[in-house]
Amino acid sequence: MTMPFYVPPEQVMKDRADFARKGIARGRSVVVLDYDKGIAFVAENPSRALHKVSEIYDRIAFAAVGRYNEFESLRVAGIRYADLRGYSYDRTDVTARALANTYAQTLGAVFTQESKPFEIEIVVAEVGQTPDDDQIFRLTYDGSVADERGFVAMGGASEQAEAALAERWRPGLSLGEALRLAVDVLAIAPEGGEPRELGPDQLEVAVLDRERPRRTFRRVLGGLLGRLLSTEDPIADAPVDEAHPGHPEVLSGESNGEAPKPGDAQAGPHDAGPPHDGQGRDDGPTQPT
Amino acid sequence: MTGGPSSRAPRLDDAFLASGSSSFTEFVAGYRPELLPSGRPLPVGASIEAPHGTTIVSLLYEDGAIMAGDRRATMGNFIANRDMEKVFAADGYSVVGIAGTAGIAVELIRLYQVELEHYEKIEGAIMSLEGKANRLASMIRGNLALAMQGLTVVPTYAGYDLDDGAGRIYSYDVTGGCYLEGGHHSSGSGSVFARGALKKLWRPGLSEEAAVGVALEALYDAADDDSATGGPDLGRQIWPTVAVVDRSGARFVPEDVLESHVAAIVESRRGNPGGAR
Repeated sequence: MTMPFYVPPEQVMKDRADFARKGIARGRSVVVLDYDKGIAFVAENPSRALHKVSEIYDRIAFAAVGRYNEFESLRVAGIRYADLRGYSYDRTDVTARALANTYAQTLGAVFTQESKPFEIEIVVAEVGQTPDDDQIFRLTYDGSVADERGFVAMGGASEQAEAALAERWRPGLSLGEALRLAVDVLAIAPEGGEPRELGPDQLEVAVLDRERPRRTFRRVLGGLLGRLLSTEDPIADAPVDEAHPGHPEVLSGESNGEAPKPGDAQAGPHDAGPPHDGQGRDDGPTQPT
Repeated sequence: MTGGPSSRAPRLDDAFLASGSSSFTEFVAGYRPELLPSGRPLPVGASIEAPHGTTIVSLLYEDGAIMAGDRRATMGNFIANRDMEKVFAADGYSVVGIAGTAGIAVELIRLYQVELEHYEKIEGAIMSLEGKANRLASMIRGNLALAMQGLTVVPTYAGYDLDDGAGRIYSYDVTGGCYLEGGHHSSGSGSVFARGALKKLWRPGLSEEAAVGVALEALYDAADDDSATGGPDLGRQIWPTVAVVDRSGARFVPEDVLESHVAAIVESRRGNPGGAR
């Protein structure tokens, strides 16, 4: 039997960290930033089916960069964790902080114990009742957690993106302004060349909208995204409500359902959903209003 | 560097990270079975008396489906609750009504609501209506052991099928059998009387307003002849719960609309207890 060479633990950890960082740097970036009515998630992602941004719970969403299979299993774990907690306690007892801690434990354990660390970076964000209550947690491959204010950029060219965000982001941006800023930042070329062109079809955009009751996560797609991003004729905000039978969590600017008849319903299709008492919180079976 | 399970640092349990299942019930059954009604051991042969909910009527109308339930829960020969809700939104496009042991039923509905939302979040799509009806059937099946000790739950499920563009009603039996109903259905102790009323009053293509009226008439007839079904309570202003599901989603009929319907029914039955013909 041959004795392995002694490798100091510092070296082991450094090698693992370098390995994870290289994997993450190969991927495309994601920007998460606060705007006046919520938190926006902008990912460079040409796929319509494989998402980098996803809903976790009523006011909590998840964004990730890196290896899809690794962050997908954490996304599903987060939904299970949140639903189990909401089911056994109350919907208001599900918090981004607790979820971020759980993720951090898992990432940290995998980093030190498994043969290969996760090559991913995650943001867990929770939209509050006011902009000051918004929480954005950034988790890295080694399980470290950072409580970020205002904005986060992760993935490929995240350093340049963070620097640009630090310079241009300010509190109280409208949704349109926030999305245009995020796209400008994502378009910065890593080597400092001409910025790239990023159209709506290369982007995955979603928001946590603090003004919606109960489930606040919405994907922003299609014509609406185009108009929010356009520089000639920009609009500032997403419509309050629109009907998309079968896809209630989508905003596209083109309502393809019949508009709810005024007067016969106290709620549109989005908030007609299950338990909902009009205050954005509820528990268990519906109390009709 | 690789430790066995005993030396692992604290982290999410493997059950959370397992791939393949989009079902919340399956996940809980594997991870914390005691949280499910079916996961709790029961003493053999014992039975207890618990509040019981009763009559649910559902019917199709031109744009979708309507479900209505009375508000009474009984325990033996006294009234346990006067304003209990028995009709719930299951998700954005369907509603579920319950008859049977109230505590178990409410727990099952809560679980079912999480089940549908959980699937929606993990898959990024809404389950088909048939799929949702079958999920409910399997949850009722899981309750069979409790049912055999007298804690039965029999739901009715109504939803809008977005693929076919039509309302659907599914009825269940205590063993989890799931049946697609045409036209109308009633369940619970007052169902015999409600069914008689529905047979005479229901016809295809009713307007929403007329269909809500028919549902309330049927519940009125059930309450008239069944002591466990509560009629509209004019003194306390308690009206039956009425839910409507159509293309734009599920919603509940507001109280003021119900009040005017009930007032009209009571007025039309003055001196004419048989009601509309």
